[in-house]
Amino acid sequence: MRTNLKFRRVAAIGAGLTEFRRRTLETPQELAWEASRKALDEAGLELRDIDCVVIGSAPDAFDGVHMKGEYLSHGSGGIRKPTSRVYVGGATGVMTAISGWYHVASGLCKNVLAVAEEKMSPGRPHPQAVFRYIWDPITEKPLNPNLIWIFAMEMHRYMYVNKVSKEEIALVSVKNKRNAINNPYAQLGGQITVDDVLKSEVLVWPVQLLDVSPVSDGAAAMVFVEGDIARRYTDTPVWIEGVGWTLDNTSWPDRELAYPRYLENAARMAYTMAGIERPQKEIDVIEPYDPFDYKELHHIEGLLLAKRGEAPLLLKEGFFDVDGDIPSSPSGGLLGVGNPIAAAGLMKVISIYWQLKGTAGKMQVKRPVHTGLAQAWGDLMQASTVIIMRN
Amino acid sequence: MVHSLKEGEIKQHPVVEYKPEAKYSYTAGQALSQFLLGLKKGKILGRKCPKCGRVYVPPRMYCEDCFYPTSKWVEVKDEGIVMTAVASFISWTRDRLEEPEIVGTIRLLPSSAKDYVYPGLFHRICCSFDDVKSMNIFGKRVKAKWKPENEREGSINDIECFEVI
Repeated sequence: MRTNLKFRRVAAIGAGLTEFRRRTLETPQELAWEASRKALDEAGLELRDIDCVVIGSAPDAFDGVHMKGEYLSHGSGGIRKPTSRVYVGGATGVMTAISGWYHVASGLCKNVLAVAEEKMSPGRPHPQAVFRYIWDPITEKPLNPNLIWIFAMEMHRYMYVNKVSKEEIALVSVKNKRNAINNPYAQLGGQITVDDVLKSEVLVWPVQLLDVSPVSDGAAAMVFVEGDIARRYTDTPVWIEGVGWTLDNTSWPDRELAYPRYLENAARMAYTMAGIERPQKEIDVIEPYDPFDYKELHHIEGLLLAKRGEAPLLLKEGFFDVDGDIPSSPSGGLLGVGNPIAAAGLMKVISIYWQLKGTAGKMQVKRPVHTGLAQAWGDLMQASTVIIMRN
Repeated sequence: MVHSLKEGEIKQHPVVEYKPEAKYSYTAGQALSQFLLGLKKGKILGRKCPKCGRVYVPPRMYCEDCFYPTSKWVEVKDEGIVMTAVASFISWTRDRLEEPEIVGTIRLLPSSAKDYVYPGLFHRICCSFDDVKSMNIFGKRVKAKWKPENEREGSINDIECFEVI
């Protein structure tokens, strides 16, 4: 059943990515420009055709430049145009695409350029340290937390409640880094084994070095246009069919961490809009957000693509492999491609767009695909964004 | 078009070495001020919503669901159940730690195992790395180990950690 909302149909007709690497020599603006130029080229548009620009970027502290929206605006083609910046932590990348969608869907703009950029590596000695200011200053910061703590807590709770082993979770890292070998933009593709993950440096038990995505820099951009314009420029537009986003509260210590209810809410919103009633049957390919390996499983359950605690079993059976029933992270995900936060989220949307367009090259999944989903998540186990596309 | 810097080359790259005087005087606010005063007396205080009955620990002056003011102070036990625990081998600057620091979340009592939201705290847990690794600490009943009364200063650190009883 579709919702009764009246909005214009929106299609994606172009996308661009930079390579994801640690410590790139380009400035954030140069990276944003590179991705934006590629997206315009794929769409067959020039900057003068663009009405509005949306910029997505996570905390300013990573790039070390304050007011990132303003700073990135000329590299993103946003000068003398209605330009806005969106930011919902790790969920920013997909929110950038969603925001691009509603600029067009509302009728405000016809052609929108959505750009996401992040440089994680300038922070010295480690970008980890700039996460210090996301904690509650009164009840949490005095305990000297580091960011990996909360994810380790969520991962351990997920493992405990669903009786999942480290070996089963490590399979996500193995799968995604293997998929990334086929991705020309990827930073960390490779053949690794479960054993490699289990023997890697212990950061915050149960999180080890190969359970986490790498520090990286990069940018991503997409062009969204109104339906009738899309048909003029391409024979293979990819339609945005459903979007969803929700925020849970910041007080994560007083709620159950084993299941991401914030994501279920966002997913239900997107499914209703896209008219999807049985997600596991109707969705062909997914890019769930995987900054940590357990997160992909956690998110697959929150997306209602597996029952609670069932995702690890399906993964083991190959359900989420490139040639499986629902290929998950065929791009290699954040674990394989890299994690420049906002850019990584938009990279997931782009990767689904290329799958549906049939231009994913060596990443292309074997079975024909018609409906794809990308998702991102961020902040203190709070924010989730979901986008569903069809060809 | 894109190159990677190697560790050695960082020295030739512009590096701004600067310690910003980023100091903040945070306000604890109406709810957390009482909470901190409570900690000084060895009590864990929460606020209760008159409409849905939810007890907020740490306390909140409003109920986020009903969007009503919470109406009264309640004291919860300084005992609870370990929901999750982890052992950190890195500091917040990602330096290696010799001895792991063990933290987790505690569902404070009274509350039920079926609750999705409950009065809860994030804190240190006094147990060994093996207890965390084997998950033996999960579901255990723990009690706050308070600092001696004359050393308490109205901070979350007035509780040293939660230990198994």
